[in-house]
Amino acid sequence: MQQYRADLHIHTLLSPCGDLEMSPANIVEVAAQKKIDILGIADHNSTKHALLIKKLAAEKGIFTLCGAEVTTREEVHCLAFFENVDALAQFQQYLDEHIAKVKNDPKYFGHQVVVDEEEMIVEEVDHLLISAINQSVEQVEKKVHQLDGLFIPAHIDRPKYSLTSQLGFVPPDIKADALEISRHTTREEVLKKFPYLKSFTFTTSSDAHFPDDIGKKVCFFEMDALSFQEIKMALKGEDGRRVVFD
Amino acid sequence: MTIQQLTEKLNLKVYGGEKGMENEISGGYVSDLLSDVMGNADSGEVWITLQTHKNVMAIASLKDLAAIVLVNNHQPEEDTLAQANEEGIPLLGTPLSTFEVAGKLYELLK
Repeated sequence: MQQYRADLHIHTLLSPCGDLEMSPANIVEVAAQKKIDILGIADHNSTKHALLIKKLAAEKGIFTLCGAEVTTREEVHCLAFFENVDALAQFQQYLDEHIAKVKNDPKYFGHQVVVDEEEMIVEEVDHLLISAINQSVEQVEKKVHQLDGLFIPAHIDRPKYSLTSQLGFVPPDIKADALEISRHTTREEVLKKFPYLKSFTFTTSSDAHFPDDIGKKVCFFEMDALSFQEIKMALKGEDGRRVVFD
Repeated sequence: MTIQQLTEKLNLKVYGGEKGMENEISGGYVSDLLSDVMGNADSGEVWITLQTHKNVMAIASLKDLAAIVLVNNHQPEEDTLAQANEEGIPLLGTPLSTFEVAGKLYELLK
């Protein structure tokens, strides 16, 4: 069994709030410096930088979970990650179908651009990516699982855009592969407040919007190899695989 | 005023929780953040919201609220409705916006 360092919640410059320095090439560069083994790419309601990062990261031996940070109808942020290109494309289509089409005003929200390896702009996304999609937490969870993806409600301890802020508490029957806690708290603190969550696996990550934040908060996956299936097993605590904190 | 009377006056749709139709109304609370309702709503209040998730019912029960009004024709989710029936807390609906229905409720309770 080996231990892999994971930062599962990173925004790129495609997110309107993502720093312009968060290009795919730069993220991979910084992740390598910080000895990250597993990157989770989760832009707001878009998957469009994930595959390029996967390719660049693979060249440095870093594994990438490709996905998005979805804003549900309740304005709860949830991470969704997929194993293959096809599922990722289907999920992108689902996001495009269900997001409110509000035009982005870069003056207020920032630019939403997709770039290539050389950091040349290849697409500007017109509709505001921080809008919500018109699907509930449970509908998003179902969709993610239909596509054999991983569903992880984000920063559940935060006073904004979290299960607890929007819905008062984590629904005890939620079918989450893990619950993400922010860098502002610990697993112990969360469990003290919500003891009924003790059967859930937790992850913690940086939620980086700036290069300096990458790897600021990580968790460790103890497993046999770097693969989506191994990560899935670790989240489930199967066959000795597990997620541990610092 | 009871929920029954409120329902008639504002022509509200009753989705479920009929057992609580005789609940007395002490006031109103308007919020779509359930964490806020949990902290700040008082017992006997009518809660006006657009949230339809089943956690709404858990919070209404916890805070002993008189009823919930879903605005803008928002439909309750199935499990939310089931919970309303189980708890006996009226789950009501209106095509009106939050602004309009809150204004009318305020006028009635003034």
